[in-house]
Amino acid sequence: MMRNIAKKIYILLILFFLYAPIVTLIVLSFNKSKTRSKWGGFTVKWYGSLFENEAIMQALWNTLLIAFLSAAFATIIGTIACVSMQGMKKHFRTICLGITNIPMLNAEIVTGISLMLLFISLGIKFGFLTILMAHITFNIPYVILSILPRMKQLNPSTYEAALDLGASHIQAFFKVVFPDLLPGILSGFLMAFTMSLDDFIITHFTKGPGIDTLSTKIYTEVKKGIKPEMYALSSLIFVSVLILLLLVNYTPKKKKN
Amino acid sequence: MNKKLLSAPFLFWSALFIIIPLCMVFYYGLTDQTGAFTLENIKAIATPEHSKALWEAIKLSVISTVICFFLAYPLAMILTGMSTSKNSLIVLIFILPMWMNFLLRTMAWQTLLEKTGVINGILSALHLPALKIINTPSAIVLGMVYNFLPFMVLPIYNVLVKIDPNVVNAARDLGANSVQTFLKITLPLSVPGIISGITMVFVPALTTFVISKILGGSKVLLIGNVIEQEFTQTGNWHLGSGLSIVLMLFIIFNMVISAVTDKDGEANAL
Repeated sequence: MMRNIAKKIYILLILFFLYAPIVTLIVLSFNKSKTRSKWGGFTVKWYGSLFENEAIMQALWNTLLIAFLSAAFATIIGTIACVSMQGMKKHFRTICLGITNIPMLNAEIVTGISLMLLFISLGIKFGFLTILMAHITFNIPYVILSILPRMKQLNPSTYEAALDLGASHIQAFFKVVFPDLLPGILSGFLMAFTMSLDDFIITHFTKGPGIDTLSTKIYTEVKKGIKPEMYALSSLIFVSVLILLLLVNYTPKKKKN
Repeated sequence: MNKKLLSAPFLFWSALFIIIPLCMVFYYGLTDQTGAFTLENIKAIATPEHSKALWEAIKLSVISTVICFFLAYPLAMILTGMSTSKNSLIVLIFILPMWMNFLLRTMAWQTLLEKTGVINGILSALHLPALKIINTPSAIVLGMVYNFLPFMVLPIYNVLVKIDPNVVNAARDLGANSVQTFLKITLPLSVPGIISGITMVFVPALTTFVISKILGGSKVLLIGNVIEQEFTQTGNWHLGSGLSIVLMLFIIFNMVISAVTDKDGEANAL
């Protein structure tokens, strides 16, 4: 009994630690005063002016577009890579997987500067495209890592059976292999999307002067003072993700992994 | 069939965006402005300013990793003991904070810790002495622990849930008490998770420049800050690359350890 109470208190303390800053931000989004150290009364005006703030809206659009495109490209490249790795010799496969893991295990700052050096020497203009390419690069490993376990469970005989029964390679892939891989592909896509959304360090090194994502915009604002609209936007994002996760969690599960 | 051809896009992408950029870091790090080979950029780590930044970064990231471990292990054990129906929801609760932008979360700590901040407001209302940790190394450690704690909890949790309860029961049946069972069964079986957690906390903590900038003011300079400045302000890429190579040595060392102890990659958190 005592033990159970101690456990609950411990969890509550950790939760308090994790959520204190988030509650702070949500409270700040309702703060009438523009400075964060003073409480000037309750207001929802920042939620209104948020949508009129073109710079923030542009940054939000950039962030979402880059997250979506990079996740989509990474998913396509990653899925093809997983399928092709199946047929590789074991040795070569290990090397491939090793290379895949580099951006995940390496420090983000090193990945960031290495890509920056690459883009400079290739003479590519820094901007939307460079951010997108950088994001695809660090997203691919997350996609591969979520598809590979599914790949291992796959029974190769089903694919061969489909071929025997007259399907072409492409038909056999899309009708037999793909449905089995789909959960892995979807979770890989979601993971990539999340990673891209939250990235700051790599974007910081690969973005040009004219373009901002939410992260880089916040970073430049930290010194000058963050606009209250930013708190409002993050609160909105947080609450919508919370609702989404609760919905996903309470829908009946099809199978246990 | 032509599966070899299928791997072409991936191989091309990896070569162009992973291998070549890394080679470029080494190229810049090992040459000077004229393109001649030099070790000066690597040796620059020994200058008092740089070695202090590196040492400070190592110190703070080791402290944070240790704190994360001692906070995360009991937590992961408690989570493992909970009923499975609640499990996924509880794990989600620990991942959810990551959906709030990481810069904003770190900045929120600034608001909380400031001289006239929320925590000091509460403390002074209770007539307690004020907390003075903003712009000190302690604030940076707090920021690191806060940001990277989930990366320690998840791998340990993933390993712990896979431990067959029968193994634990067998140990108990054979007369081991709970401390012995923990030390001889649970802890050794969870080593892959611990190593993976340590890597996932230590590497980002060692290389961060954002947390130190936001919570350390400009008073504490970590090696990440030095490298970032070389690239974005000073513009000396050669020096920045040289210092990055030194940094990578630590990461490679860490990677080798985790590769040796976790061959099957079973502790992968994500």
